Amino acid sequence: MCADLTADLVVLGGGPAGGHAALAASGAGLDVVLVDEGAAPGGQVWRAPGVAVSNHAALGPDHRAGEALRAALTASKVRVLAGHRAWLLQAGFTVHAAAADGAARLQAPALLLAPGTTERVIPFPGWTLPGVMGLAGATALLKGNRMLPGRKVVVAGAGPLLVAVAASILKGGGTVAAVVDLGSMPEWLRGVPAMLGRPDLILRGLGWRALLLRHGVPYLTRHAVLRAEGDNGVASVTVAPVDGDGAFEPGGNARRFEVDALLVGHGLVPASEAARSLGARHLHVPALGGWVPELDGLGRSSIAGLYIAGDGAGVRGAAAAALAGAQAGLAVAHDLGRIDAARHTAEQAPLAARVARAARFGRAMAALVRIRPGLIAAIPPEATICRCEDVTRAEIEAAFDEGARQIGQLKAWTRCGMGPCQGRFCGPTIEALAAQRGIAAEAFGPMVARPPLRPMPIGTLTGDFDPAALTLPPSLPSS
Amino acid sequence: MARATDAAPHGTADVAIVGGGIMGCSVALRLAEAGMRVVVIDRGGIGGGASGVNAGTLSLQIKRLSLMPYAIRAAEHWAEMSARLGADVKFRQSGGLNLAFTEAEEAQLVTDMTARREAGLPISFLDLPAARAREPGLSDHVRRASFCPLDGYSNPSLTGRAFRKALTARGVAMIEHDPVLGIEAGDGGYTLRLQSGNVRARRLVLAAGAWTRASVLQLGVDLPIGARVNQMMVTERAPALMNGVLGHISGLMSLKQSDNGTIIIGGGWQGEGAVGEPGRPVMDNLTNNLRFATLAMPALAPLRIVRTWYGYDGFVPDFLPVVGVLPWLREAYVIACVRGGYTIGPCMGDLLAASILGEEPALPLFDPARVATRVNTPVPA
Repeated sequence: MCADLTADLVVLGGGPAGGHAALAASGAGLDVVLVDEGAAPGGQVWRAPGVAVSNHAALGPDHRAGEALRAALTASKVRVLAGHRAWLLQAGFTVHAAAADGAARLQAPALLLAPGTTERVIPFPGWTLPGVMGLAGATALLKGNRMLPGRKVVVAGAGPLLVAVAASILKGGGTVAAVVDLGSMPEWLRGVPAMLGRPDLILRGLGWRALLLRHGVPYLTRHAVLRAEGDNGVASVTVAPVDGDGAFEPGGNARRFEVDALLVGHGLVPASEAARSLGARHLHVPALGGWVPELDGLGRSSIAGLYIAGDGAGVRGAAAAALAGAQAGLAVAHDLGRIDAARHTAEQAPLAARVARAARFGRAMAALVRIRPGLIAAIPPEATICRCEDVTRAEIEAAFDEGARQIGQLKAWTRCGMGPCQGRFCGPTIEALAAQRGIAAEAFGPMVARPPLRPMPIGTLTGDFDPAALTLPPSLPSS
Repeated sequence: MARATDAAPHGTADVAIVGGGIMGCSVALRLAEAGMRVVVIDRGGIGGGASGVNAGTLSLQIKRLSLMPYAIRAAEHWAEMSARLGADVKFRQSGGLNLAFTEAEEAQLVTDMTARREAGLPISFLDLPAARAREPGLSDHVRRASFCPLDGYSNPSLTGRAFRKALTARGVAMIEHDPVLGIEAGDGGYTLRLQSGNVRARRLVLAAGAWTRASVLQLGVDLPIGARVNQMMVTERAPALMNGVLGHISGLMSLKQSDNGTIIIGGGWQGEGAVGEPGRPVMDNLTNNLRFATLAMPALAPLRIVRTWYGYDGFVPDFLPVVGVLPWLREAYVIACVRGGYTIGPCMGDLLAASILGEEPALPLFDPARVATRVNTPVPA
């Protein structure tokens, strides 16, 4: 069954940005449909707990923000289409989405994308072993299912998620063998002035650090994972000191931890594929996480009627995303003529100052997860870069040596990015490898975004059909 | 990668080839082997256009009857391609089936395939049990099939890389990611203006696929080349489901499982878009392409599509190739619109190269003059 819906605005993504965009637009009188992949809105940061989770009080402020958003959406006129995956976007706009029990086709003159991010993991030997998981994936397990990713874990990588995940593991009764941070204490301190605008987040961060101290968890700054090892899954993690560029210190003192899980993440990358599939102009901005859409200050893209908000438009954090969502939702209402310029200006005014402050905090966090060239250089030749298609660094370097200069060539020659993730995970690493050869991101290009936006079963796309009713287009001459 | 200014360090190249697809590269290979100084220019990477993004099916029986001799010669080129280029293009002569679902289709299958057999292509007719002996996953919809043992496939993604390597080894200068901005005739040759500088050559070969019309217009000649937007799809890796290539008498099916387990679904269903931009799906065509494929192979239904993509395929109104001398110009040639161009391209390129070298080609070319018109003013890019 294909449900046909029309609306003034379709919002894709029900996290902080998408949720607040839908609320703002709906509040201004628009008929809004909000589509989300999850069972309920909330997205990654404000994820809704699964049905098995009973002790909601233990879930913290992100959970409360998520509950508030979900309650507000329920009380609003926004039509929420949960459990739906948008897989094809067409100009004008038509959104094709699929759910477990059927398909939906949504049409609206305005489309707002709030796709969030993909986690960046810089490869190291053993990163594809079972038991190695992204920090974001671990967060989803912890928040959505209150499930520990392992009994004894190392948490490694960069950025503010490190302490958040480590603290959640401890609260859930797990053991953290070590937190391994690429950054140094001075780097964290450099971010402090920008963080002062968000004392709540600073306090929460300090609380997590105190918890780690109480549990005697070693916090290794300026360290990175050298390798993970194990037969059927990760059993040990070896870490070693790095310099400020992420290069392993020669003769540095390596340390080995016995674990049953390694949680690792090196920052977040805006999920730009949906916007790029529609042809929106993008720019490469490393400080915002990679390829980001060219937007005006209120989320308007280079395509009339297409709006983008939140971390999917550049990583600035959940607080900034919620505000940017509200800004974009109001802009849609204004552009569709539902609110006049005066009301629009008046309602945008209080948001502008808050979003600037929140974004400052987000930018300080982003600086901590900048790509460190030394860590890229340290990826050994035999390490897998594209895990879907098992492409190693050596194969990618051989293609560069033979003259590949664009991502499309790399993909064709090595199969990197051709698997189910369509390059969402390996793309940023390959881009960083190209950068090491002096190839500019703009010339190298992002992988062309091609539908489906998520892998789609053929049977879902065909639906039930009568073979006799299948009409064929005319054939070309055969003689 | 060469820049235009050092593409012909000793002055004028013997031949400049615009378009580094399978046509242009095949011409370049033969000319370079004959001792010519060749430069190949491409707006993208070598083999990055339709030659690199087609479905890779090398099916002879689905080619036009009038192209049969060319297709049969092309199969010989493909059989030695990896050895000749010194790089594996994953050519597999798997054999292929062409299917009929209805009574009318069966009658057409017998007529069309008998004609191809008479033209020299080995073809046998199979009932459903015999067809299932070759392809166990076939559905009950299949009434009859024709089998050709010469049918097969290769991996188009690797073809550009392989040609690039072979051409480099033969001293061909390759200028990539550098569109031709203008072409001028004069002084016993041609000057091509690129972003990176000028290239001079005594002879010119235009082999730019669906982009060829724009190139030819720069010389004051129009060829009425349109572009079809061919849709392809690929699944995630699957266990072994298929043995060879599958087609349908309508020409609207191209199915095969590649070495790595993915299943590639094509058949010339149309998307939309303008040459140079990524193609876009037409929803009904996307859905019906898949429906038609599952009619042949029901086991495809649970597999997930991970990617759709589009290749621009040039054509002229008679849907026959345009291969030969460009009228009104000296030593300018065109090679385009070869329907089933990935399969037949190596043969066509070889024939055109023979003609450029002053030899009598083994098979007749397809005179561009039949569709060419003179335009008063050359049209810049």
